[in-house]
Amino acid sequence: MSAALLSSTLGADVNVAQNVAFYIIAAVMVWGAIRVVTTNNVVHGALWLVVVLGGIAAQYILAAAEFVAVSQVLVYIGAVMVLFLFGIMLTRATIGSDTDLNNKGWGIGIPVAAAMLGVLGYVVLDYVGDDVLVDQDEARIAITTQSISDGYLGDYLVPFIALSFVLLAAAIGAIVLARKD
Amino acid sequence: MLLGAETDGVVTAGWFLQNAWLIPVIPAIAFFGILFFGKKLPRGGSELGLISMVAAFTIAAGTAWQWVDRVHAYSPEYGEAEPVIRQWTWWQSGGTEFGIGQQIDGLSVTMLLLVAFISTLVLVYSTEYVRGDRRYTHFFASITLFSAGMLTMVIAPNMVQLILGWEIMGLCSFLLIGHWWEEQANSRAALKAFFTVRVGDMGLLVGTAMLLGIFGTLDILEINQLTAEGAADDSKNLLMWTAVALFIACIGKSGQFPLHTWLPDAMAGPTPVSSLLHSSTMVVAGVFLVARIYPVFYVGLDINVAGQQFNLIAVIGGITVLIAALLAFVQDDIKKVLAYSTVSQLGYMMMSLGIGAWTAAVFHIWTHAFFKCCLFLAAGSISHTASHHSFDMKKDMGGIWRKMPVTTGAWIASTAALCGVPYFSGFFSKDEIIDSARAYDYTVFYYVGIIGAFMTTAYMTRATYLTFFGTPRGAAAHFMGVAHDTSHEVHGHAADAVGAEHADDHLPEHADAHDAHGHDAHGHDDHHVSHSRPLPFAKTDSPWQIAGPILVLGILAVSAGYINMPVHKFYWFEHQTESAIGLPIAHEEEKSADGGEGAEAAAVEGEEAHGGDEAHSEAIYSVPAPPKFKWVNAAPGLILVALGFAISLGMSMAVFGRRKNLFAPFVGLTRRNRIARGGHTVLVKKYGLDSLYENIIVRAVAYPFAKAAYWFNQNVIDAVVNGAGRSGKLTGEWIYRNVDQRVVDGAVNASGLVASESGHALQPVQSGKVNQYGALLFGAAAVGAIVLILINA
Amino acid sequence: MYAANFLLLSAVLFSIGVFGVIARRNAVMVLMSIELILNSVNLNLIAFALMNDNVDGHIFALFVIAVAAAEVGVGLAMVLMIYRNRRSIALDELSEMKG
Repeated sequence: MSAALLSSTLGADVNVAQNVAFYIIAAVMVWGAIRVVTTNNVVHGALWLVVVLGGIAAQYILAAAEFVAVSQVLVYIGAVMVLFLFGIMLTRATIGSDTDLNNKGWGIGIPVAAAMLGVLGYVVLDYVGDDVLVDQDEARIAITTQSISDGYLGDYLVPFIALSFVLLAAAIGAIVLARKD
Repeated sequence: MLLGAETDGVVTAGWFLQNAWLIPVIPAIAFFGILFFGKKLPRGGSELGLISMVAAFTIAAGTAWQWVDRVHAYSPEYGEAEPVIRQWTWWQSGGTEFGIGQQIDGLSVTMLLLVAFISTLVLVYSTEYVRGDRRYTHFFASITLFSAGMLTMVIAPNMVQLILGWEIMGLCSFLLIGHWWEEQANSRAALKAFFTVRVGDMGLLVGTAMLLGIFGTLDILEINQLTAEGAADDSKNLLMWTAVALFIACIGKSGQFPLHTWLPDAMAGPTPVSSLLHSSTMVVAGVFLVARIYPVFYVGLDINVAGQQFNLIAVIGGITVLIAALLAFVQDDIKKVLAYSTVSQLGYMMMSLGIGAWTAAVFHIWTHAFFKCCLFLAAGSISHTASHHSFDMKKDMGGIWRKMPVTTGAWIASTAALCGVPYFSGFFSKDEIIDSARAYDYTVFYYVGIIGAFMTTAYMTRATYLTFFGTPRGAAAHFMGVAHDTSHEVHGHAADAVGAEHADDHLPEHADAHDAHGHDAHGHDDHHVSHSRPLPFAKTDSPWQIAGPILVLGILAVSAGYINMPVHKFYWFEHQTESAIGLPIAHEEEKSADGGEGAEAAAVEGEEAHGGDEAHSEAIYSVPAPPKFKWVNAAPGLILVALGFAISLGMSMAVFGRRKNLFAPFVGLTRRNRIARGGHTVLVKKYGLDSLYENIIVRAVAYPFAKAAYWFNQNVIDAVVNGAGRSGKLTGEWIYRNVDQRVVDGAVNASGLVASESGHALQPVQSGKVNQYGALLFGAAAVGAIVLILINA
Repeated sequence: MYAANFLLLSAVLFSIGVFGVIARRNAVMVLMSIELILNSVNLNLIAFALMNDNVDGHIFALFVIAVAAAEVGVGLAMVLMIYRNRRSIALDELSEMKG
């Protein structure tokens, strides 16, 4: 990991502004994610999650995925976070800090997560460690919102329709589960 | 983005022709206007609907005028007028673009004019008819959207837009038929209409997909041209199934046998709805679809091929003509008589298309719209003014002609047109259909046609007699007696007083509406007067909003046919529309041949003109020219019509008027004679089709499955399970005694001990705690990944 | 920019999410951690789309967003139901699956 960081900061054909933005956002995101899983306050956890999700949206923009970024903001920060806050409110979780948020055996998470990170990091660096991404300013990227919509109404039409059924089923299921009777 | 290049043709198209797409757009905008602001407007949104329809009608009239000019400009030098097509990209998918726009040709101009005009009149009529209704605004919103849907459909340049309009209409018909949904029967009728039409709509989707498959395009003009040029001849079988699938949609929409059952039930809607949807516009959509892509049906179903006496369209149309006419005899509800009459006339149109008489069919759409709309509006006028919202001819009508001169006059004119009395509009179109059947050698359908004409006359005479003549009964007696010699306003109050007695005959909402109306009249007298004033020359007839449209339509029921009179060799209408057939007309042969034989020769030769050496050299198919009119050929039909009138009048007087005449012995025949009674019962039960659909098919599909599943469950599965259980038990006992106890026991005990011990050892892992499961899962995944990496490395 | 940047960030987020799923006791917090995991996967998909200049990654990312929304809806409804039945959403008190 450190090798990649080093080489990317020192790399010659690298768009400086883009890299700086990436690392700043990435740092904020990692910090936010750590706070999500360590904070003792449920509402704070939710708000840190907003930071992470917003950071991901920003990363999408850096990766030239504007449409996905907008969808991310709309769906996650707009809808999913509201659901979470309602969930916190309706389950009457302690709004203030709560020392009981972690399991007794939470410590086992650290070695497992570290093992995961080690494996993933090794694989990533092993396979794409030195690949440089296409610079957006130099090469026009063929991915446009139009091509996304063409994909949905073309090759991926059937999965798209299936997904709409999934959403319908989820909506009905959520209503059935949450109904009071 | 303009998809197709603007087809101006050789002659520049005028403004109206270029901008005819505005016609459906205006009512569509008005629909949203009514929906959002209707309740705040002084007249509940009806003014918006009316303004939009008048505007649409104005543009439609301008379009028609410029179209006539265009045909005139083309006709000597350039042959048939080219349609004015404009298309914009609506959406695209995988490289296929779907357009939305307009295709203006003779057929669409005819329909635009017709729909816009009749919608306007029906809206005027509705302002009085549904006044005070609790969903007044919604009514106007739906009816405006309905018109927009129909207009969208008729100007469609491609199948997608056609389906769009078609479905909008389907939705609106559901809303409008179920307008008074509080009554169980009405919402059932709405559902029935919706579902029955949906059954047919499957055919439309399948057929359209097949068209796309065959031709690779959905543009109607291209499809027509390609078919006419024989591009689909290689896949003729496929084309045949396409035509069948599309025709199933038409069967559903146009109420053809065997899916006609929804149409009479749809009379549950308010009368203006019946008049607009179920006489002159929506049900015509199916006929329109056949006419629109006629070459597909013509080639696909082998119409006019020599030696081909029957084809699907003609057979279905012919059956519909006869069975619907028979059903009309036993109806007591005046609207149901008209509904079956509509079904029967739609059968005529289909039959006409099925025998290759395209122009006659389209002309029949044109004339039928006026007189059938007029008949429905007249029925509504009677129920509104004379019979207290009752439509029962036997109970609440009779003898009202004295007090309702406008309604009666228009009714009789329209009836004459419907029966095909010479020089009324229906004569020209219907006779041409019958004559074509004769001339094109479809002998069976010729007889179907004249027998249908006979029956039409007979049932309409019965209905007319019951409604307007004889002694007043029920509510009509009150109307004729209590409100005698007074103005409408007095009648209005009297009607409210009498209303309670006939509460059973009212739709409850409507009764409310009527009361509300009464109160309103007391509160705002001038308002009331200004809106319910009758026509000056018919003081006791319905208010002007009702009588006016009826009068206009009554006049048109007589005169609408004068634009195309085969009697006088006057083919103006056909000349305007013939370019829309999509197939050339075999005129040349007709000119060379002479006299009565000429038409037949043209029919045969037109079919044999596959060489394609005529003016339209690219098309290898062509429709035969309309036959030459001869009174001799029309005579059998006319004689039958006269006979039908005489017999039916005599019967009606004998049965309902209790006069002693020639037919008196037949009175009560259905009670005395078993065969007659049986026939009557079959008709009253509508051939049992309804019970077939509801009891047999629905149950056949739903019940046997449930029953079979239950039976299977009870007998097979249980038996298997029981058997397995029993044999398992027996085997088990044997094994227990012989093997288990002696041999296995020791081994099992040993292994059981091992398993038990290891289980106990692992039991803490199965803690039931999700987090620990998660930890194990991810940990195992990480370990697995590491193993994979090590193997691959 | 190096392709590894996005992928490494995504790996870090994924691991943090895994830790959250394992360590947290509150069911809502576990769902949040799952969101972290799903988002890291999305980031991967977008990065792959950028690397291969192929739109499929975007399409799948949007699929994942939609499915994740459905998952949160159903998940929170379940949490709500559990809370209603037991007045608690502490996962270690739910041990019906105990062997």
